[in-house]
Amino acid sequence: MAMSLGFHIIFAAIGIAMPLLMIIAEWKWLRTKEEVYLTLAKRWAKGTAIFFAVGAVSGTVLSFELGLLWPGFMGYAGAIIGMPFSLEGFAFFTEAIFLGIYLYGWNRVPPRAHLFAGTLVAVSGALSGIFVVIANAWMNTPTGFRVVDGRPVDIDPVAAMMNPAAFAQTLHMTLAAYAATGFVVAGIHAFMLRRDPSNRFHKSALAIALTVGGVAAILQPLSGDILAKMVAQKLPAKLAALEGQFATEKGAPLRIGGIPDESAGVTRYAIEIPYGLSILAYDDPNATVKGLNDFPANQRPPVAIVHMSFQIMVACGMAMMGIAAWAAWEYWRARRKKSETWIGSKWFLRALILAVPLGFIAIETGWVVTEVGRQPWIIYGVMRTAEAVTPVRGLVVSFITFTLLYVSLAAITVWLLLRQVAASPQAFDPDGKEAQLAA
Amino acid sequence: MLLETIIAGVMIASLILYALLGGADYGGGVWDLFAFGRRAPEQRTLIAKAIGPVWEANHVWLILVIVILFTAFPPAFAAISTALHIPLTLLLIGIVLRGTTFTFRAHDAQRDNVQRRWSLVFSIASIITPLLLGITLGAVASGTIRVNNSSVTSGFSDSWLAPFPFAVGFFALSLFAFLAAVYLTLETLDYELQEDFRLRALVAGVAVAVLAWIVLLLAGTGAPTVLGGISRSWWALALHLFTAVFAVGAFYSLWTRTYRLAVVCAAAQVTLILLGWALAQFPHLVEPDITIASAAAPRITLQLLLGALAAGAILLFPSYYYLFRIFKGETVFIRR
Repeated sequence: MAMSLGFHIIFAAIGIAMPLLMIIAEWKWLRTKEEVYLTLAKRWAKGTAIFFAVGAVSGTVLSFELGLLWPGFMGYAGAIIGMPFSLEGFAFFTEAIFLGIYLYGWNRVPPRAHLFAGTLVAVSGALSGIFVVIANAWMNTPTGFRVVDGRPVDIDPVAAMMNPAAFAQTLHMTLAAYAATGFVVAGIHAFMLRRDPSNRFHKSALAIALTVGGVAAILQPLSGDILAKMVAQKLPAKLAALEGQFATEKGAPLRIGGIPDESAGVTRYAIEIPYGLSILAYDDPNATVKGLNDFPANQRPPVAIVHMSFQIMVACGMAMMGIAAWAAWEYWRARRKKSETWIGSKWFLRALILAVPLGFIAIETGWVVTEVGRQPWIIYGVMRTAEAVTPVRGLVVSFITFTLLYVSLAAITVWLLLRQVAASPQAFDPDGKEAQLAA
Repeated sequence: MLLETIIAGVMIASLILYALLGGADYGGGVWDLFAFGRRAPEQRTLIAKAIGPVWEANHVWLILVIVILFTAFPPAFAAISTALHIPLTLLLIGIVLRGTTFTFRAHDAQRDNVQRRWSLVFSIASIITPLLLGITLGAVASGTIRVNNSSVTSGFSDSWLAPFPFAVGFFALSLFAFLAAVYLTLETLDYELQEDFRLRALVAGVAVAVLAWIVLLLAGTGAPTVLGGISRSWWALALHLFTAVFAVGAFYSLWTRTYRLAVVCAAAQVTLILLGWALAQFPHLVEPDITIASAAAPRITLQLLLGALAAGAILLFPSYYYLFRIFKGETVFIRR
């Protein structure tokens, strides 16, 4: 399941963000009537189609896996948290319908209707992601029910959806999807520009992708801060694990890097910023941060993996923010010089190429943080992971099967995208190969 | 009681729509594999053109069924997914391979031999998936999934590894292939292609009839309660009569090349078959231990779900109509 999710999250994130890039390109085409943007929109639409299909089927697998692997969880929580999944179903429906219209309807619907269909794809894609993350947020901060004799009563699905983590987590994940995808796409086009520096197609593509990715990357630390403050309030054990905080401390420092040693109960080799953690988590340099040592041993998450994943995520996020700031500066400088383009610098392109994996490393590690940081609970404070798992023996068989399936799918997708990139348009021939897509 | 019955009804309606729309997409894959003769490439192109814009939307009906099941009837979902862990896992693999290979084939940037490999996987997955879907439904109907104190006691293979579920599997496959062939006669204006799929529809129709008898025969031992339902209830006679009328109607209209009527008859026939199964099993979700009432989620969840379903339907049906209007407009909606 974790593996399926870890796989799905990449495709879902790209599925959320690609339609936005695609419709920006189409919108620019409608405004400027420059063929380059039309070609770009069609190219990105192909990429979206591949990712949406893989995301859709891997999402189907997940909806079944909820029951196949976690019958205990679904039997308990289905009534409370099924609501966002139902809404997600409809968002997904909308996305599928209008993506069909978008992909196959270039010559069949008027341009504005076509753009509108694309917009609906982008909006419903973002919404379905939001609904699913709301369900995950509920596992972190469960609300909307009471437990009597081990069963949930007084269920209120609306209150469950409005759980305390919902806003911060959905904001963080949605921005992450835009940032990560924007940077991957920008990096791919940067790579092509290094080989073919004057290609208009790749320049336009890079500009759109980097704008989307960069804006999201600059906003992301803000949403991270909102999320961290929520974690400090509601999930103190997770905060302590994130920060490698073993002893309860007044005016706790912010640790950068470091390796938590669980047996010794210390985090070694970290750079410590005095009072940093107390300020970030509670807006008060003298606030007390409860350490892991004050939680019973059976309520502690695995510290090392959570702390290190968190550090990696933050580092990736910071690097992306840095590149976004660099891009803004390059753009501003070019504007002042009234120069035609701002994407020329060799080192800037190199940095973009290196930044390709950062966003998705951040998403994966961030997901490890939220999931492993909640352990040993599946529903925080209510149900332990061990109680929820299926009694079916031989799980390892289905695990290996799905792993193989996903690995091969991922490999094929990457290979297909390489074929797409390899078929990159050099000169523009709008009635040629590209137009075949519309037929 | 009324509320949960309505939601169960919506779930069955989604399942029927999945069979009518998504099922036909699988059937298209079957005919992709069995494309032969001089016009084989044209047949494949027609199938791809018919499925391409709509299969993803059609596929969501299945997701809707699953979501309603686990939101409104969580214990039933838990029991089904435990007892049928193996066929459901295989079903998922089929779904993944069918969808991805079709997309890969359609949106690959280069045209070469690779396409043929996708085609093969796509069509084989299109055969295996309906088979497993039928096996799953057959097992649910068979009464062999036993649940005691909310845990499954009947093991992980007993309920589905039996003649009856497999017969239902082949029956589902034949129905989907039949639907697809009938629909495809309306997807083209080319006389020869229409003839190709008319012939296929007639052959598949015979297979449907034969397999329906096999399923009924095996149901005597394989699914006695459901068989009792469809043979002894007050509605049974009317159901059989109408199903038979539509089945004969489908053959007749295919024979006389009135394809529009054939589509209506075929769809009505499949609808009635699924409806008959659902009515025969009512009020059980999983024969014989889980009923609609015993598995229902709390009232508030059901009310909100029904509200969400109603609101979703208001958004969904016009969009769906728009989608079909755009892509099937020339052949299906406009009279020739």
